[in-house]
Amino acid sequence: MLRFEGVNTFYGPIHALKGVSFHVDKGALVAVLGANGAGKTTLMNTTSGLVRARSGQIFLEGRRIERLPPDRIVRLGITQVPEGRQLFPDLSVVENLRMGAYIRRNGAALRRDMSEVFERFPALNGRGRQIAGTLSGGEQQMLAIGRALMARPRVLLLDEPSLGLSPLLVRQLFDRLAALSHEGITMIVAEQNAYLSLEVASQGIVLETGRVALMGSSDELRRTDRVRQLYLGTKGKADPRPDDTGGDVPDAKRGSTD
Amino acid sequence: MLAQLIVSGLAAGSLYGIMALGLILIYKTTHILNFGQGDMAMFSTFIALLLFQSYGLPLLAALGAALVTGGLLGIVVDRGLLRWAKNAPVTSLFIATLGIGMILQAIALWMGLIDSRPFPYVLRGRPLFIGDVVLRQHDLLVFGVALAVSLLFFIVFKFTKVGIAMRATSQNKRAAQLMGINVGRIGTWSWALGLGTGAIAGCLVAPIVFLDLQSMIFVMIKAIAAAVLGGFTSLPGAVVGGLVLGVIENLFSGYMPTAIAPLKTTFVFTLIILVLVVRPHGLLGERSAGGHG
Repeated sequence: MLRFEGVNTFYGPIHALKGVSFHVDKGALVAVLGANGAGKTTLMNTTSGLVRARSGQIFLEGRRIERLPPDRIVRLGITQVPEGRQLFPDLSVVENLRMGAYIRRNGAALRRDMSEVFERFPALNGRGRQIAGTLSGGEQQMLAIGRALMARPRVLLLDEPSLGLSPLLVRQLFDRLAALSHEGITMIVAEQNAYLSLEVASQGIVLETGRVALMGSSDELRRTDRVRQLYLGTKGKADPRPDDTGGDVPDAKRGSTD
Repeated sequence: MLAQLIVSGLAAGSLYGIMALGLILIYKTTHILNFGQGDMAMFSTFIALLLFQSYGLPLLAALGAALVTGGLLGIVVDRGLLRWAKNAPVTSLFIATLGIGMILQAIALWMGLIDSRPFPYVLRGRPLFIGDVVLRQHDLLVFGVALAVSLLFFIVFKFTKVGIAMRATSQNKRAAQLMGINVGRIGTWSWALGLGTGAIAGCLVAPIVFLDLQSMIFVMIKAIAAAVLGGFTSLPGAVVGGLVLGVIENLFSGYMPTAIAPLKTTFVFTLIILVLVVRPHGLLGERSAGGHG
């Protein structure tokens, strides 16, 4: 479905993604793990076209997309739920959802999808006219996901969806993601919460200072020392800047093209 | 006397308000304050005048042409000029818009657009008398157009996809891109609509002030003042700001001794500073005004 081949991305002089290669099967839920500054957000934004890869290729069902502008990429079926939700704070809930469906024509299908979002996220029910900026953090996250779903994406990218949510809400969020995955949407979830994301994901990759340090099935990854470390102490601590020397990759499978 | 001053003030204020709507629209989506708004409006108005006087186009058709010219000018300014400098700081682009305005002044001079007879009134019938208030038909037209433009803006921004997308883009450009909104195109739409609105203001001002190169600059300065008064990011605020400005200005020049009456503009700007001290975000400004990226 989605394939990354030797993707290199720079922020000015900072080499943020270093030869990232992996692929995502249709219908899979892939967790991208890594500490702050490991390159998770850069990976998301490179995929969405907000940041342009300096070299390497990204294929969506065989079609190269790494040089396309963000709006074209959305039209091809990749939608991102960005870190920190990034709602339109002064638009109402319904208007936010309408913007999520910007690439689609108005019509019955769109209205049906909108009521489906309200069913899927009952917290938003009856709040269609509320201004998005006045929702609680959890409601905002639900709206951000609902807004992305309005585009009817084939691939959904979620960047740190659990950030700033209470443990109970995080639990609910991952249940929702698992349900979406069962409906057949291909998903990439960037998370610091390795424990929960590996629980819902079928596969995972670990980014370290811009490189794919590990990849494999969720079960495999859970057994590695490196991921255990991520479970435990290092979560949330400030990380080395991404231009530090890359992680050495002794164990488990190395990032490969296929 | 008082009622007359207020009514005349409202008529002038409507013009400031229309002009301010165009300015704020462009500012909200592109974060560029168009210092060339006055010259651009002047240019569109000159085109209408040219078509009317030299090519014998009916007046209403010529006014329509001004609107179209404004829209096209917006597209040219955005696509043809500013897009090439998109990596420049926004504040530098402010100056670029000033430059574009001067280029348009030069073009207008070169085309011989300046040496014209006064711009005709669309409605030049007998004035209306309501009590002892005299209302020129042109004032009625100004009120009507201001109302129509405000209503149109309201409908566009509240109900149409492109209008909501303009608001979305102004609130969070990056998120707008992630929704598949072509933010560049939204910017172009804003320029077209903003300068089209400017052209409307230009055609309404022209019969009153006698068109020359600088005539729109003063209206633009008042429009900027109206926008500041209204909160700068609020479209209703722009209209309210314009009306308040027009009325205060007129009351000042009506009641002050003739020695200081001409200082009405100075007085208005002093007042605006006071308003900003008490209400930093203007009369109707959103508190989050500076917070969007």
